[in-house]
Amino acid sequence: MLIVTCPVCGAEGDETDFHAAGQAHVRRPATTDPSNITDEEQRDYLFIRHNPKGLHFERWRCDRGCGKWFHAARDTVTMEFKAFYKITDLPPPELMAQAKGSWAEYFASRNQPEIKA
Amino acid sequence: MKPRYSIFSLARNAMNYHKDWERAWRSPVPKKEYDAVIVGAGGHGLATAYYLAKNHKMTNIAIVEKGWLGGGNTGRNTTIIRSNYLQDPSIAIYELARSLYENLSQELNYNVMFSPRGVVMLCQTQHELRAFQRTAHANRLAGLDCRMITPAEVKEIVPIINDDPNCRYPILGAYYQPRGGTGRHDAVAWGYARGADQMGVDVIQNCEVIGINREGGRVTGLETTRGTINTKKIGVVTAGHVSTIMDMAGVRMPIESQCLQALVSEPIKPVIDCVVMANTVHGYMSQSDKGELVIGGGTDPYNNYSQRGSFPALEHTVTALVETFPIISRLRMLRLWGGIVDMTGDRSPIIGKTPVDGLYVNCGWGTGGFKAIPGSGWVFADTIANDRPHPIAEPFGLNRFAEGRLIDESVAAAVAH
Repeated sequence: MLIVTCPVCGAEGDETDFHAAGQAHVRRPATTDPSNITDEEQRDYLFIRHNPKGLHFERWRCDRGCGKWFHAARDTVTMEFKAFYKITDLPPPELMAQAKGSWAEYFASRNQPEIKA
Repeated sequence: MKPRYSIFSLARNAMNYHKDWERAWRSPVPKKEYDAVIVGAGGHGLATAYYLAKNHKMTNIAIVEKGWLGGGNTGRNTTIIRSNYLQDPSIAIYELARSLYENLSQELNYNVMFSPRGVVMLCQTQHELRAFQRTAHANRLAGLDCRMITPAEVKEIVPIINDDPNCRYPILGAYYQPRGGTGRHDAVAWGYARGADQMGVDVIQNCEVIGINREGGRVTGLETTRGTINTKKIGVVTAGHVSTIMDMAGVRMPIESQCLQALVSEPIKPVIDCVVMANTVHGYMSQSDKGELVIGGGTDPYNNYSQRGSFPALEHTVTALVETFPIISRLRMLRLWGGIVDMTGDRSPIIGKTPVDGLYVNCGWGTGGFKAIPGSGWVFADTIANDRPHPIAEPFGLNRFAEGRLIDESVAAAVAH
């Protein structure tokens, strides 16, 4: 059983007090250019998942507390939470440094949003 | 050729106190090169190798397995076999598998204990009743032997069920597949392993894949903990670990790995002679030949590679079943375990080619792979041997996610398969 802490209201509870909502930091292609996205980009957004054996960035909701969405970083083998952070925040720098693939690209680009021509 | 199992071999070995049985399969040292290598010696991988050798005469092949054969989800499921799915492509592949199960013991000369004892899928809300009526119509069109039954018939088939019309989720009817049932999961893996081994397939256990070698967009071999194996065709059949293997070839998958738990009770006298699935309340149950009640439920709601599930998910399952079968409320539970299942967005499997030439994948069976083992192996072997999707496998290609051609079974499957 996972013990979760909400970074917004500070409530602590087990996983049934919260709602797990899958992979975090997925960029929606239509946000930058709704008229020009390929089938592959839409597929990546909707279905493709990192699914790492190890560090996983994910979204949760504080169901029985403040009701806010937030982020968590968790190890999918040890099930240990590494960090809780707000929905608009990026993970702590040491965790961002461990990120791979599109997560790493996303974190690197967060300060310079990419607009497709 | 090894001697066949029969009443005579049993009697002969009984004379020697069963000390002289031959090993059912070899433990070969990996060769330098094979025509094809299957990654993952679960039911699906072993069936694939078996049908590659039997139907396509490819006997210079190997199966590599990081642990022991049948030790993953093949040995962790609740052994339910049925084919009454909603969508036509699903009906085709699950019914192929179910019909192969009918003669599998004779085919493999290994008793897989296929028991078509009937699968009763309860309707406990009006919505569920109508959803199953829709499935029933789809299945009738496809020629499946399935029908809706009334609450009175449910009570006749399952006398221990709670038929109180005033309970929270009363029984409004059920969807019944009389030729569905259960099998012996380990025997399916062992039977296929023995059959494949007899035809010359190398089943290599304790051999973990750590890399996939490629050259110019096609595979050239595997790096394993027991050395390099060269091959031009690789079939990845690794269920919950498929994302980690496909990552080695740079292919990203539409898969999330989650934990699904199951448990068995202490053995009791026979109380239930079919499989009952209660999807609204999230639980399903059957009774094994040893008398244990075999119980399963839904997955934990988050990614997990640890093969240990969460207690609330388990409690939810048991609560649901006590409500449905009040007589089990004081049973003690003997064992519980978890398996890592590979969930796709549409709850249908992925079978076919990948963007890398020579790399094939068979995964995404999620919570219901056991029932599909013979059919999955049959079509995947054909896909690998001929380098094009078998007609039954074609709708399940990896490309369906980009084309928006989903095979949505999340309603038909409800909580579990």
